[in-house]
Amino acid sequence: MRINPVLRVTSKIMIPMILLFALYVQFHGDFGPGGGFQAGVIFASAFILYAMVFGMGAVRRAMPEAALKVAMSVGVFLFGGVGVVTMLLGGGYLDYNLLAASPTDGQHLGIFLVELGVGITVASVMIVVFVAFASRGRRS
Amino acid sequence: MTDPVLGALFAMMIIIALAAIRLTDLFAVVIMFSIYSVLAASMFVMMDAIDVAFTEAAVGAGVSTILMLATLVLTDRWERPSTHKKLLPLTVVTLTGAVLLYGTLDMPLFGDPDSPANAGVAVRYLEQSYEEIHIPNVVTSVLASYRGYDTFGELTVIFTAGIGVLALLGGRRRRDKGDDR
Repeated sequence: MRINPVLRVTSKIMIPMILLFALYVQFHGDFGPGGGFQAGVIFASAFILYAMVFGMGAVRRAMPEAALKVAMSVGVFLFGGVGVVTMLLGGGYLDYNLLAASPTDGQHLGIFLVELGVGITVASVMIVVFVAFASRGRRS
Repeated sequence: MTDPVLGALFAMMIIIALAAIRLTDLFAVVIMFSIYSVLAASMFVMMDAIDVAFTEAAVGAGVSTILMLATLVLTDRWERPSTHKKLLPLTVVTLTGAVLLYGTLDMPLFGDPDSPANAGVAVRYLEQSYEEIHIPNVVTSVLASYRGYDTFGELTVIFTAGIGVLALLGGRRRRDKGDDR
């Protein structure tokens, strides 16, 4: 697979675009279709393409498993943390109105952070699951 | 279901599902599932549920196909011929299908303004969400703000699934060569 120049060159052009599109879907979810779940999956698909063309070792160098494990937890922690912060500010759990000066700004910030948490966890879980399956090799 | 395009998509989904049952080449079956997801996503687009269609296309047609193919590499490409009797499973499946079809008779029509999904709290979300949250995409408002608990629960489910896979398959106990596919 790694000696095929067409695959190599095409995927090298495609991967940055897929990552960029994932970020667009992530941060444009307030205005158009999309959000953390879709963005996370698209972000992970770029890594899966990289793994299929350049091998599992290349993906491990680009995104070590330890970093993925941390990222998995960071996303959930960010989502839950926003809820705890709103409670500390005197509101209910995930009551974004209190995060900024005006309620709508607070909602914007809360939704942004929460969607970011969703995106980080979904992307890293998808990569972790793919790497875990693909690293086992063919059954002998 | 008066829309001919929706009807055609629906017919194609049934054909694909039947093909997936008949085929014994599991690689082809996985591709059939992928096509099924693309058709489902197209149906969601026709029903103006763009966010759901997006998710179906990305998760159903994209990542789950890849994960099923990765599983296929670990097991076998060909389905073993069944040694079970087929009469009892067929009866169970037919009865369950008949009950499910009977259940759909009570469901409201697509787009029915008086259905529970359209009459309850959804009206308030559609009318108030722009003032309260100031975000044009109501789906994002409902998902991340009004129904934040549910989304947190979903995220925890995904996190738990990742932990589970790592616990079962992770650790790289064998074949730690790094570069081989």
